[in-house]
Amino acid sequence: MITQKHISWAIGLAVLLVLPLIIKQIFPGTDRYYLHLVIQILIWAFIYTGWSMMGRFGLTSLGHGAFTGIGAYVTVMLWNFAGITPWIGIPVAMLVATIAGVLVGYPCFRMRITGHYFALLTLAFTEFVRLCIVGLRDWTGGSLGTQPARYGDGLSLYAMQFEPNRVLAYYIVLAIWLVGLIIWVKVDRSMDRYALDAASQDEDAAASVGINVTREKLKITALSSAMCAFGGAIYGQYQMYIGPDTIAGLGVSLNIVFAVIAGGIWSLFGPTFGAVFTQVLAETLRVGLRGSETLSKLLGQSALALDTFIYGLLLVLFIIYMPKGVVGTLAERWKRKAGP
Amino acid sequence: MLDLKNIDAGYGAFQALFGISMQVNAGEAVAVIGANGAGKTTLMRVISGMLPASSGTMTMEGADLRTTPPHKIIELGIAHVPESRRLFPRLSVEDNLRLGAFIPSARAHFAERLDYVYGLFPRLKERRSQLAGTMSGGEQQMCAIGRALMSKPKLVLLDEPSMGLAPVIVQQVFELVRRIRSEGYTVLIVEQNVSQVLKVADRAYLLEVGRIVQSGSAAQLAASDDIRKAYMGI
Amino acid sequence: MFGFFSSLDCSLDVFFVEALLNGVLLAGLLALLALGLNLIFGVIDVVWICYAELVMVGMYAIFYFVQVLGLPLPLAFLMGIGLVACAGTILHYVVIRPVLDQPPINQLLVTGGVLFLLQAAATMAFGIEFRNLGIRLGSVNFGDMSFAWSRIITFAVALGAMILLWQFLTRTYIGTAIRAISQDRQIMPLMGVDQKKIYLATSAIGGGLAGLAACLMVLQYDIYPQIGLQFGPLVFMICVLGGLGNMVGGFVAAFIIAQFITIGGSCVATEWGYAIAFLFFMLVIFVRPQGLFGAKS
Repeated sequence: MITQKHISWAIGLAVLLVLPLIIKQIFPGTDRYYLHLVIQILIWAFIYTGWSMMGRFGLTSLGHGAFTGIGAYVTVMLWNFAGITPWIGIPVAMLVATIAGVLVGYPCFRMRITGHYFALLTLAFTEFVRLCIVGLRDWTGGSLGTQPARYGDGLSLYAMQFEPNRVLAYYIVLAIWLVGLIIWVKVDRSMDRYALDAASQDEDAAASVGINVTREKLKITALSSAMCAFGGAIYGQYQMYIGPDTIAGLGVSLNIVFAVIAGGIWSLFGPTFGAVFTQVLAETLRVGLRGSETLSKLLGQSALALDTFIYGLLLVLFIIYMPKGVVGTLAERWKRKAGP
Repeated sequence: MLDLKNIDAGYGAFQALFGISMQVNAGEAVAVIGANGAGKTTLMRVISGMLPASSGTMTMEGADLRTTPPHKIIELGIAHVPESRRLFPRLSVEDNLRLGAFIPSARAHFAERLDYVYGLFPRLKERRSQLAGTMSGGEQQMCAIGRALMSKPKLVLLDEPSMGLAPVIVQQVFELVRRIRSEGYTVLIVEQNVSQVLKVADRAYLLEVGRIVQSGSAAQLAASDDIRKAYMGI
Repeated sequence: MFGFFSSLDCSLDVFFVEALLNGVLLAGLLALLALGLNLIFGVIDVVWICYAELVMVGMYAIFYFVQVLGLPLPLAFLMGIGLVACAGTILHYVVIRPVLDQPPINQLLVTGGVLFLLQAAATMAFGIEFRNLGIRLGSVNFGDMSFAWSRIITFAVALGAMILLWQFLTRTYIGTAIRAISQDRQIMPLMGVDQKKIYLATSAIGGGLAGLAACLMVLQYDIYPQIGLQFGPLVFMICVLGGLGNMVGGFVAAFIIAQFITIGGSCVATEWGYAIAFLFFMLVIFVRPQGLFGAKS
């Protein structure tokens, strides 16, 4: 039976499939730029969805910047220094990230470390990874970042490089994003989801009905870290540049959390919505402010930081006034209007 | 001294107290008895401001308790000894007592009050530097009462002082209650241990499911057949 | 790869002892920073992710007072401490108070937003160049070892401040209330303690400590907008290692970590000192995630 839901899904999918053409129609000439924006949104949406695997069950980690960083750097370093194709490199990176995630998570979950403590622990871990990245500067390029060595003209299946062809990149990333959504739905419908929901409400009660809380948490952590590592690696392959602050570090972690909370932590499209919100916001600020001539005249060099300033300000205001995210706040207003 | 008229209170959608009216006069010891869940602790919380009342009036020597912010209620002379003592476990006995004298009027007389409380409870003086959390239940109760007395209160609210204590200690606790009564403090005591508390109180109210269903002198209630059957197992 | 190991240079000689003692001196500053964070967490149950950025603000303020306004250094120091104490209070009142009921991650995010904001504001006001007050205090020599006066003074002042704070916490009513509030928040009104006032007082003290740290750091380090990212995570790590909210724990952890940094830094390269410190941290946390002095939940 074909329901309305199926139809809207089909329409949405169709639109996404022909999006590059639509963009070309609306923005002839600058279509590469807008496609680039959409690609960024999709990659980050995938990463944010990965984080929300843990976030929706109360496991709010500020450490996912470490996983994206591990994903990107391990892949690039294996390619640059050992000639190992990302087809092997990426799974290796994901494995490393998963192991790291489980190693950090295990003592926390066993000892019921949650909330502030857990967030700060994961923050420290992010910093540790960033320090390693900067410290190993002979390989990683230190704070200046590094690039995967271009293979031929940059379009290669073997090297998993596709940056010059934006349209191709778009479809690849679209597929990845869809896989992320499928994973989300699968988890959402699994028994593990109910186990984790129960655990996030009352661990003792959950344990008393036979749920192995630690194991469930470790499973979801492994999945989450693997997804984010994968996202980080793909980011590196697309951007053809990685840096300790662009794909790793505290800033990345904070952005992930902000985006998911803004978009809605409990829904399928919440993280994606958050990606649209934060990426468009950051880009608008960057282009609008840095590009503005009047501002450059007024503030000179300082204009470069204005976008970050406003971003920070908006983050603060957002949390204070819309802690349930855009969707959550709108939903509440809707309910209130509908009456008791 | 303390006058409640038609007090309603609850937790969100759940109403716990219905139209409570009661008085405590100066110098009296008044008991509120009832089963678990009857609303006794809720009543205490409403009086000391930890929980807002939803309707009714509540005054202490004429001052409106409902409009007084929670941290100012002690300045009206009401000291609350919370359920389960609630001492600060990692502070010393003396620090706990010091906090009892936090309000400016009590600070001025801290040294005197401390001597007074130590005089009343010499055991506390022995243990003045000991961490409160390491003391026995009975000693903790002594400390909790001492802490309440530091502010030279007019009315002492005792919330289930015998709860969680061994029977032998329970005896000691009610001895403490008699002590402070003999020192002249007005006491409102909420208790599950009906037989013991009715020996200490002048008057009592019986609370059932949030309503006062009986009141009278302690002797009357102790002699009442229903109460003897339901609460004293006789 | 092997260059890494050949650069290890760790004999138990005078340089080792020098590093050890420098570790003690560094510990003073780190302990002061950890103290501020632990105090705020212990009392208010929030973590100011932007704590290091408050220190940065203090550093820039002192720089401004001295270089632009031409004020004498001691006055600039006092004003700096006052300024950051006010900043801490404002931070609590404007940003933290509205989110006290929200889940911890939101509280962390909101201070994260302030982090971005302060870094950007500093960049806009002062640019990205490194600033320095140009204070050279020289060093003192003990045989082959030399110690910078700035570090010795920092240690002494930090120690003094911590002792003063301890006196305040144990001998005054507000101090005792501050120690009590983390043990049982709900009954504080029964003692006549206005929780809001305690929070504001604590925020002011936390800010003041950050301001003091700024004074000490200005003597030793260059000032730049991203400086918070250099020592911020380090301070968080120290707090978590010692047991979040536990002031004694923070002190001990600062000492241990400082030793790793200076000794590790003198054996290998400077960054690796930090990385080894973090590695030690990860190992301890693996065994005891609540921290050395933390309570099991």
